[in-house]
Amino acid sequence: MDRIPVLRMGSLLLITIQVDMHDKLALQLQDDVTERISEWGATGVLIDISSLEIVDSFIGRMLANIAAMSRVLGADTVVVGMQPAVAITLVELGMSLPGVRTALSVEAGMELLYGAATRADDAST
Amino acid sequence: MNDLAEIISQNEDRIRAEWIRSMSNTVQRADLISKAELDEQCRDILRAIVAGVKTSRPTEISSSGWATGRELLSEISASRARQGFSPVEVATFVLSLKQPLFAAIREKFVSSQEKLFDTIWSATELLDRLALVTTEAYMATREELILRQQQELLELSTPVVKLWDGILALPIIGTLDSARTQVVMENLLESVVATNSKYAIIDITGVPTVDTLVAQHLLKTITAARLMGAECIISGVRPQIAQTIVHLGINLEDVVTKAKLADAFALALQRSGRTVVRSSSAPTSPISNLFAKRED
Repeated sequence: MDRIPVLRMGSLLLITIQVDMHDKLALQLQDDVTERISEWGATGVLIDISSLEIVDSFIGRMLANIAAMSRVLGADTVVVGMQPAVAITLVELGMSLPGVRTALSVEAGMELLYGAATRADDAST
Repeated sequence: MNDLAEIISQNEDRIRAEWIRSMSNTVQRADLISKAELDEQCRDILRAIVAGVKTSRPTEISSSGWATGRELLSEISASRARQGFSPVEVATFVLSLKQPLFAAIREKFVSSQEKLFDTIWSATELLDRLALVTTEAYMATREELILRQQQELLELSTPVVKLWDGILALPIIGTLDSARTQVVMENLLESVVATNSKYAIIDITGVPTVDTLVAQHLLKTITAARLMGAECIISGVRPQIAQTIVHLGINLEDVVTKAKLADAFALALQRSGRTVVRSSSAPTSPISNLFAKRED
């Protein structure tokens, strides 16, 4: 079975979804992400969905779930590169993903996460 | 039935001449169509009618025997619809054939009452149906025209303009309905991706009324943009509209709204870490110098 790779970049996790998501893959990804966060002590999760062209309510809920789980484990989640058609579909499905942060590109997402990490460091020192 | 075909072919030139003359009294519109063109159209139609009545009965206008006639008439009325003829003029075109045709029929059956009546009845039935065909084609063409204009209007009225690097503006003019919102939303989101813009200003100065439906459409657009990582600011909220929004109980609390496009632009610049500073070396007019002195 194929699997979506979870890459480690410093204190961040980078996930790029390059294939059409199906339900099993989504559940596997949830497992992997939560495991990696606790294993590597990641403070941020970046999910790149720029090549995702089809979404349904299940995938939408999965994104919201991953964000919520990461937050429980102490990591911020940023979803980047959502296609216009995907955004419209999610809105029409009534899923506005209220707890998920978004950015236009991987670069912008990184900035957001690093910015959040630096602010957190400043606050703790 | 072949009587009719025979009468028409025998008296073709005379019928056509009289037909055109009767039209010139009513609906010829010499300003829109030339005499030679009209003459040719009339000849084609008469031949098509002859061909039609030879193969099938006039009541079977939708059968294959009338295909050429139907096509010809539809074509003529479609071109007339585009030229600007009125519906009455288009329908009268075929109906004006009645008088010359009936005259020819009466001449032929001057002795037999019964035959005369039968032929006239089938001729009138036929021409009525042909007139319906022309009217239908006329309406279809007009509707097509309206549809195309609607489409053009839709595309014209939703431009997305780039104000600054990473800041887009979307001035909306006219009422927002579902179809337009879809176009607006798609345009905006495509532009956000294409220009990699973090801020989008939706200016509703040109929207005459904002009701719950329009507000819902706006919120959907804003949510979709947020999902992609862009932030929307609504500007151009007129005092009247601000009152309506509050009275209707529409919740715009999660959205940044500004009264003027300039305010929204300033906010977008500020949020993207830019400041606008007046250059001290800017040229000043003598009049403003005067005011400056007086202030001292």
